[in-house]
Amino acid sequence: MGIGDALQEIFYGLRKNKLRTFLTGFGVFWGIFMLILLLGAGKGMKNGVEKSFSSAAKNSVWLYGRRTSVPYKGLPIGRSIQFTQSDLDAIEREIPGILYLSAENPVWSGVMIKSKTRAENYRVIGVAEDYFKIKAQQEVTKGRKLNGLDEGETRKVATIGSVVAENLFPGESPVGQSIEIDKIPFTVVGIFHDEGSNGRESERVYIPMSLYQQVFGRGRNQLSVLTYQPDQDADAYKIEEQVVSLLKKRHMVSPDDRTAIRANNLLKNSERMSSLFAAINSFLWFVGIGTLTAGIVGISNIMLITVKERTVEIGIRKALGATPLGIISSLLFESVLVTATAGYLGLVLGVGLLEGINLILESGGTQMDYFKRPEVDFGIALTSIIILVSVGMLAGFAPAWRAARISPVEAMRDA
Amino acid sequence: MIKLENIHKSFGEKAARLHVLKGINLEIQEGEMVAIMGSSGSGKSTLLNIVGVLSQPDEGRYTLDGQVIEKLSQKRAAYFRNRFIGFVFQSFNLLPFKNAADNVSLPLYYQNVGRRARNRKALEFLEMVGLTERATHMPNELSGGEKQRVAIARALITNPNVILADEPTGALDSVTSTEIMEIFQNVNDSGKTIVIVTHENDIAASCERLIYLKDGCIDTENSMHNNNRRIIKSVTSGST
Repeated sequence: MGIGDALQEIFYGLRKNKLRTFLTGFGVFWGIFMLILLLGAGKGMKNGVEKSFSSAAKNSVWLYGRRTSVPYKGLPIGRSIQFTQSDLDAIEREIPGILYLSAENPVWSGVMIKSKTRAENYRVIGVAEDYFKIKAQQEVTKGRKLNGLDEGETRKVATIGSVVAENLFPGESPVGQSIEIDKIPFTVVGIFHDEGSNGRESERVYIPMSLYQQVFGRGRNQLSVLTYQPDQDADAYKIEEQVVSLLKKRHMVSPDDRTAIRANNLLKNSERMSSLFAAINSFLWFVGIGTLTAGIVGISNIMLITVKERTVEIGIRKALGATPLGIISSLLFESVLVTATAGYLGLVLGVGLLEGINLILESGGTQMDYFKRPEVDFGIALTSIIILVSVGMLAGFAPAWRAARISPVEAMRDA
Repeated sequence: MIKLENIHKSFGEKAARLHVLKGINLEIQEGEMVAIMGSSGSGKSTLLNIVGVLSQPDEGRYTLDGQVIEKLSQKRAAYFRNRFIGFVFQSFNLLPFKNAADNVSLPLYYQNVGRRARNRKALEFLEMVGLTERATHMPNELSGGEKQRVAIARALITNPNVILADEPTGALDSVTSTEIMEIFQNVNDSGKTIVIVTHENDIAASCERLIYLKDGCIDTENSMHNNNRRIIKSVTSGST
């Protein structure tokens, strides 16, 4: 008796009970299909939110000077804190465990930037050395990043975001060409693409900090934002504490003042987001497993009905020589065949639908900032099918075992 | 061939316990055609089930073809049923979703015989019972007599030494019953042992021996060797 014979026997039974077979299969199909969609949606949300994150290193810290909220050593509240180059130097000198240290000075209002043919308002930011090491995930698509020589020699060069490049130089390469920033000519040395803030960080123009100080800072040594990236194995939270404490000391800010210096620790954000998505993922798994469980309960019920309906047939088969193992294996084989086929179908259609959604999103048909690349880990999908089939087998085992133990005389009495 | 010694069988628990067979001693020789009669509840079918290894006695010793049948595992019992015994039931017990040939070949499926060989043999046995042209018909397309002939072909396909029939003509009209009994007689003539449980005197009269059961015991007064065995001939081929 080969596998072909066994399959033919099973198909006899399945054909005989088309509706029952369909319902069993549909329960499983739906369970897997929904699980795939839920996990895909969860992943899409995660990808979308991650895309909205900055392209800066995940463990970098960004420091902003604000107004004091606590009086300290005779100084009033409401005092504005302004960082300077000497703060940057002090941090470098006094705080160990920092890998890269830099600063940025944005021009707060939009600046008119002109190419030969076009002019638009964009955000111009002066950046200090090592800035692009912290913005490690920013992709240079053409040309180069700003470097130490640009900074040291106060060169009139700029790198522009991909959106700026597309709008100011449609259909041509901007690298090597000239742009006017606030009526001062700059040479474009590179183009970058930054997915941060859902791509809005590609609408920036970076110039060397030294030049920024001359053009927009009016020679003053002020820095708007300080940033650093600690060593990989350093305690990021401890270093943050030390840096903030140093800056408070240098700017005569009360240690109890929580608002004067704001530190945006991306590690903290990333961890917070990770735990949020872990919770969302757990919820999706919970719902998905609930749907799967409903499918499994369906299989168990239908297996019970199958055995009940086939009692006479089982009795006849036993009278003719079917062994208990033969009865159990044929019932389980039937259950596994139906669940595996339906589960696979659910998997394929679920993944297919996610791919379709992905295609629509990527082709730009629909703009959803916080939903990108819905996808499902194939290993997880396959594992859920294996779990489903195994649990389906377990669920089917009790009725199959019962069927195998029915006395043929009693079974045939139902005829 | 078949030897039953002091066979007891009860059903139910404690106060509701029903002692159906009370010490049956019976020997059936190879090639005999035996009828078992008795009123309802006398234990005829229970006895047939024990002989057919469909159930096992509570007490006593059963020997089939020289092998003691006792405390068998379900797997071993299935083996005995498949290799040594052919069953014919009153309600035919054909699988409704298999055609005549597939029903006939089913016992060979449990002997791991390949599909082609099974089909060939099924057609051979359907021809023996005169149903070659009905091989691909489903049970619901067959008459009662045809269904029973398919069941007989199924019982014979594994070439068992013993054929057990429980009221094989109970659901058939008299003409069809005669045809079926003629087939049984032909099978018996080929050397097979046949045990038939019946209520019908005509059927019993066509057997060599009658065993009459009464209240779970063999009623020796009514049991007899039938020296004037009536040879049944098919009505369609003329009477004797």
